[in-house]
Amino acid sequence: MSARAILGRLLSVIPTLLIVWTVVFGAMRLVPGDPVMLMLQGTPISESAMEAARAKLGVDRPIIVQYVSFIANAAVGDFGESFRSRQPVTRLIAAEFPKTLELALGGFVVGLVLGLTLGVIAGVRPNGWVDTLCMTAALVGLSLPSFWIGMIMIQVFATQLGWVPVLGSGWDALILPSITVGLFLAGGLARLTRNSIIDVMGQDYIRTARAKGLSTVRVVAKHAMRNAMIPPLTLLGIQFALLIGGAVVTETVFARPGIGKLLVQAVLEKDFPVVQGIVVMTTAVYVLINVLIDIAYGIIDPRVQE
Amino acid sequence: MSDAAAAAPMPRRVSFVSRLLGAPGAVLGTVVIVTVLGLAAFAPYLAPYDWNATSQCRRLAPMSAENWFGCDLFGRDVFSRVIYGARFSLAMGLTTVAISLVFGGLLGIVIAYGGGRVDRIGARVIDAMLCFPPIILAILIVAVLGVGLVNAALAVGISGIPRFARITRAATLTLVARDFVEAARATGAGHVRIVLRHLLPNLAPILIVIATLDLGSAVLFTATLSFLGLGAQPPTPEWGAMLNAGREYVRYAPWTMIFPGLALFLTVMSVNLVGDRLSMILDPRQRDRS
Repeated sequence: MSARAILGRLLSVIPTLLIVWTVVFGAMRLVPGDPVMLMLQGTPISESAMEAARAKLGVDRPIIVQYVSFIANAAVGDFGESFRSRQPVTRLIAAEFPKTLELALGGFVVGLVLGLTLGVIAGVRPNGWVDTLCMTAALVGLSLPSFWIGMIMIQVFATQLGWVPVLGSGWDALILPSITVGLFLAGGLARLTRNSIIDVMGQDYIRTARAKGLSTVRVVAKHAMRNAMIPPLTLLGIQFALLIGGAVVTETVFARPGIGKLLVQAVLEKDFPVVQGIVVMTTAVYVLINVLIDIAYGIIDPRVQE
Repeated sequence: MSDAAAAAPMPRRVSFVSRLLGAPGAVLGTVVIVTVLGLAAFAPYLAPYDWNATSQCRRLAPMSAENWFGCDLFGRDVFSRVIYGARFSLAMGLTTVAISLVFGGLLGIVIAYGGGRVDRIGARVIDAMLCFPPIILAILIVAVLGVGLVNAALAVGISGIPRFARITRAATLTLVARDFVEAARATGAGHVRIVLRHLLPNLAPILIVIATLDLGSAVLFTATLSFLGLGAQPPTPEWGAMLNAGREYVRYAPWTMIFPGLALFLTVMSVNLVGDRLSMILDPRQRDRS
């Protein structure tokens, strides 16, 4: 991939985010009620104080000015103050972000290891009983309500057996939440990997490798894996969306602080600046990750150009 | 695809049900789905107690001969509530998928059929909308509309529109370039006629497959919003909302959490099993694979 193509990909982020943020801006204007009243939650206030609050929120300006300043602020990560805690939204997000990142990474590792393992085992000998077993497990992973399995694991492994703490900031408190996030990810990944392995195993170079007398393990590990991994790995960007979804739910189940918990709380409390800030930030991260994966993919696999 | 379908021997169509039920998983799934539908339809006759009557039993009483699934914090019979919960799961899932399918499908067809600038701009917007992680988009919509069962279903439905639009657009693009569309146009067929008579029937199998494959996650997704407190509100006996309510005292009464979750899991699993089977039958590429 040429430097020019890479730059092109990076610049393509701008129109995308512009559309996304325009949708967010529009959605926030659709919220019924006066923003100042929402902020005050019915606290009585004098007319002049109301005007001051209006000016502070910037809602007295023409809509186009509000729009431009929203986009400009979003681009530099300024989302105003929380209606509830009166702290800058950016500070709130920054405080919670590492917690969510930790959980997402933990879930990612669990999902990747479990998903790839199941997928490869199933795909090497398709349609046998091992395949059926692995694919049933994958389907269970996709069908399990993560909040339910999370609660069951807390009950069994933390409360009853006492193997891991329910709460806390140590690495052992991260095990169950990571499994909760990872299980769902693993289901989809296992299915993709299986299909990819089946496709690759039918290729000529695999037959050649077999004809050379290599063992099945060697053929799979050295020849099939490398090529079969490309399709599932390109979808990692999309998996990030699942990770966010998993994190939102898992944080609630495990009462872990994080972006997801902050977001749900903000929606329940009608704390719109916080909702807006988190949505803008997650979409930006999502878009960036996908572009970076796209670029990395182009560099790794020369068959993919532009 | 239409040419291939037309050329296929008739027995395929005749034995559709038996083909669908050709795998043990699909049979199991169908049985569970029919059971859940039955529970939903006949809940008042099947449930031993009123779903909302408190003090039916001791608070958080364990499982017993009178209360098969135990009792919740307000002395309500969990078994009865789980039965009534069947009314929400599939109905919510079907509603949300219908919203995504109708609006996403329509959008995809219009964009692809419009072609040119319409298609370029439309595709650009769809791609941008896909940059919202679905749960974030759904939560944003709930934030705007307000918390509640109907709004949560709307939110999940709307957040699926870009995905359906993209797939429909891609499928329509390949159809529009085909000879039979050209032929229809040459004979003077109007746009509406081409879309309804020529494009839609050919898109139907694909749309049915994506809709079925999506149903399981739609059921799960709406229940998730209820669990987060953004969907169905207490005392509604929706499974996700029941799990949310049971969260606080799961330590003392795990049955308040186990049974609604189990019901949800079995429903989603069954829908996924049947969906997989259906897509295998309807999608030729899948058929060759296994």
